[in-house]
Amino acid sequence: MKKLIAAPYLVWAAVFIVIPLIMVAYFAFFNDGHFTLDYVASVAQYSNIFVRSIWLAAIATVICLLIAYPIAFILMRMDRSYQSTMLMLVMLPMWMNFLLRTYAWMTLLGNNGIINNFLGFFGIGPFKMLNTQGAVVLGMVYNYLPFMILPLYTVMEKIDTSVLEAAQDLGCNSANTLMRVVLPLSMPGVMSGITMVFVPAISTFIISRMLGGGGNLLIGDLIEMQFLGNSYNPNLGASISLVLMVIILLIMTVMNQFDDGEDRVLM
Amino acid sequence: MKKLSKAYMVLVLLFLYVPIFVLIVFSFNSTKSRSVFSEFTLDWYVKLFHNQLIMNSLRNTIIVAVIASVSATVLGTAAAIGINNMKKVSKGIVMNVTNLPIINPEIVMGVSLMLLFGMFTARMNLEFGFVTLIIAHITFDVPYVILSIMPKFRQMNPHIYEAAQDLGCGLVGAFFKVVLPEIMPGVVSGFLMSFTFSLDDFVVSYFTSGSTSQTLPITIYSMTRRKVSPEINALSTIIFLVVVTVLVVKNVIERRSIKKGVKA
Amino acid sequence: MKKLLILLMTLCFTLILAGGCAHIEEAEDEIEEEVEIQTLTVENPEYYTKFKDDNISINVYNWGEYISDGSEEGTLNVNDEFTALTGIKVNYSTYATNEELYAKLKGGGASYDIIIPSDYMISRMIKEDMLEPLNMDNIPNFKYIMDKFQNPEYDEGSRYSVPYTWGTVGIIYDSTLVEEENIDWDILWNEDYADRILMFDNPRDAFAIAEIMLGYSLNTEDSEELEKAAEKLKEQKKVVQAYVMDEIFDKMGAGEALIAPYYAGDAVTLMDEYEDLAFVIPESGTNLFIDALCIPKGSAHKEAAEMYINFMCEPDIAYATTDYIGYSTPNSAAYEMLDDEIKNDGISYLDDEYLETKTTTFKNLSDEANLQMQTLWTEMKSAEAQTPNKWIVPLFMGLCIAASIIILIRRYIKNKRDIF
Repeated sequence: MKKLIAAPYLVWAAVFIVIPLIMVAYFAFFNDGHFTLDYVASVAQYSNIFVRSIWLAAIATVICLLIAYPIAFILMRMDRSYQSTMLMLVMLPMWMNFLLRTYAWMTLLGNNGIINNFLGFFGIGPFKMLNTQGAVVLGMVYNYLPFMILPLYTVMEKIDTSVLEAAQDLGCNSANTLMRVVLPLSMPGVMSGITMVFVPAISTFIISRMLGGGGNLLIGDLIEMQFLGNSYNPNLGASISLVLMVIILLIMTVMNQFDDGEDRVLM
Repeated sequence: MKKLSKAYMVLVLLFLYVPIFVLIVFSFNSTKSRSVFSEFTLDWYVKLFHNQLIMNSLRNTIIVAVIASVSATVLGTAAAIGINNMKKVSKGIVMNVTNLPIINPEIVMGVSLMLLFGMFTARMNLEFGFVTLIIAHITFDVPYVILSIMPKFRQMNPHIYEAAQDLGCGLVGAFFKVVLPEIMPGVVSGFLMSFTFSLDDFVVSYFTSGSTSQTLPITIYSMTRRKVSPEINALSTIIFLVVVTVLVVKNVIERRSIKKGVKA
Repeated sequence: MKKLLILLMTLCFTLILAGGCAHIEEAEDEIEEEVEIQTLTVENPEYYTKFKDDNISINVYNWGEYISDGSEEGTLNVNDEFTALTGIKVNYSTYATNEELYAKLKGGGASYDIIIPSDYMISRMIKEDMLEPLNMDNIPNFKYIMDKFQNPEYDEGSRYSVPYTWGTVGIIYDSTLVEEENIDWDILWNEDYADRILMFDNPRDAFAIAEIMLGYSLNTEDSEELEKAAEKLKEQKKVVQAYVMDEIFDKMGAGEALIAPYYAGDAVTLMDEYEDLAFVIPESGTNLFIDALCIPKGSAHKEAAEMYINFMCEPDIAYATTDYIGYSTPNSAAYEMLDDEIKNDGISYLDDEYLETKTTTFKNLSDEANLQMQTLWTEMKSAEAQTPNKWIVPLFMGLCIAASIIILIRRYIKNKRDIF
């Protein structure tokens, strides 16, 4: 009886989550009702774009992790009263439209941009920063850093402080405590942080277009081009989306191996 | 150590806030330049309210976000209750489907919905617009609502509900008097989450909106492809200030209630 | 907490002040001219009253920066004037390239009443049955269109389109920093200006430049010639700062880039605002384009859309358009209203001899050639400036799998230990 109350959602999920994905697969393999492998095969042509996307997204994810982990650790050891304020400060930028924030980076990084003007003051530069792969990675790190901090913090916050004290009592110094106690306990947070940064980073098309100058295509750009951009070809676009999904699924499965089967931490 | 960690924190926050300060500062700039500050002016704030395009898209954004997040909350709450009562296997399947929109890249979701809607509209002579946009938003909002409610069931004592029924509450009465208050925090946070996601969503909207239903992020995107008018800076400054005020007020209230709780 | 904020603020302001001290001449020298306030008179106001009380609206899909929107003092806001005159509301949105417009229409769903594609795209759309034939009885102002635009090659007999603007492609450059004389297309490949060059972000315009340089026809369908052109564009990639369309306004205006190929009309707009910029139409020839108003299939308010087209051909409106966006007008009455200075500037209105001999109009290519061009274009844009090691991905995946196996084994051992 009580199960029935979920029926509207089940219908909704079937129609708007499952069927669309089936449609993607259909478009990837069928052209006007005829089965073909041409489109999926032609994705291989763009393997360098896949390589670049995975590579840049991986770098961005690692940098995010390196930046975020100490932040989460510092947050965890802070006074309770400060914690929520600091967390709020970290999350606040996400409420500004991300297109605008990325656009602001264009202002900062340009040849005549604020940073180069500032450096020019001391007679350094100008450096070419905008329209490079580095700028794309920076954009990814900037936009998705909070997605890494949050799950890390949520997991670390649950770690019992008495466990840390116990570790110290048993002769661990703080580095040792971090390595042997905090790190293993925070693994689920690390994993969900990685997926939450990696997935949007690998599929973005805004960041690469704005900061990469259009010459550094990513998978997202490629898909967008096939549907709403300069080369209309929905079948190819669907094939690329399909391959992207498979890649992500593969990486997620690998990631899940690290997980102890605990519930994932989402937002 | 303390100093080091403080310095680190400041650095990271600086990284996060520099672009925002740039946006805010240049909303007061008298010329349209984005890298040179000439004179202080409030003109853009005045012009903002006369810019039909921006105002229209702001209105659209709010309409879509409100409708989508309210429907998603209702749909999601019902779903969560139902899913909670399912058998383990079917529960697992449903939860996996629910996770799909979260795990899937946004662009794939946008594209897949576009293909679906494209099929319908071509056959039935409909068009992309508010309806498609709201459906898309509800679709990516519901999973967040469900995921924020589910843990609350785990914390709840399952016997309370039965106890309420034993004490003479009807099915519906027991739900509203017992279950709903228990899961309310989850419902509220699910609603807030979906509301903010809807407000800010660009990618999915980009693929599913039509000619008359441009939301603010889409308008901003088409602006970034030409000239960005500082009016947009002004608007984001206002939004930023609103968000900051809301959060600060919320924090202050929470602190007060905590203090009161301590005294009591 | 406060300290932190203050620190952030001060740092930010120093950055910005530093920016402020740096050079860059803005369009500050405000010209102390009296602003002419443009007014609108239409010949036959009754024509426009047909839908006055029907409360309908039409969806107009236009290029970015391609209409007079009243943002400069004294200019007309064309869409507002139309609504005031006819009672028909205008939903206005924009696109950046012909191909984008095509994709949006093909993707289905989005319904528009007015679109403004260019010549070759119009013939493609006619071929694919995407346009409504126009009822010229509803567009009496077609009489203002100059004779030479009345029967264009892309739409013989003007059955589907009414010309809106036309123009050529040339090179915009910063005259203070680019010292070359006789600037031609090859400057876009010049390594002295590496990273200071912008390039078209759409295949047709970009290929055209390469094709001119290689001496091919702009409408070549020869697969080898297309490949050579793509090769040429790939060569250019290392000196190109970014592939852009209307972002050019921002980038050229802010001095980010020095050289960019773009449409003559936008060059006029840019030069008005930034004195240092100059524009040249290369001697070796260029593309001549015509953008025309069309009604796509499925328009819900065809007659209202025709009214809009007619309105755009009103002399006052056509003048306002050409005056604001800088593109050349095919409207004879509007042309008469222009200052001689503009008529003879050698940018917007070229002498007939050059137009005859040096310019080519795009034609719609065959489906195969279109597909090949798209593929080559994507390939060119995705080509790597710095090639990463091909082994990175397999290596990365291998590491992931290895790590997961190690973890699995460890867990297995741990579980076993737990049992005992």
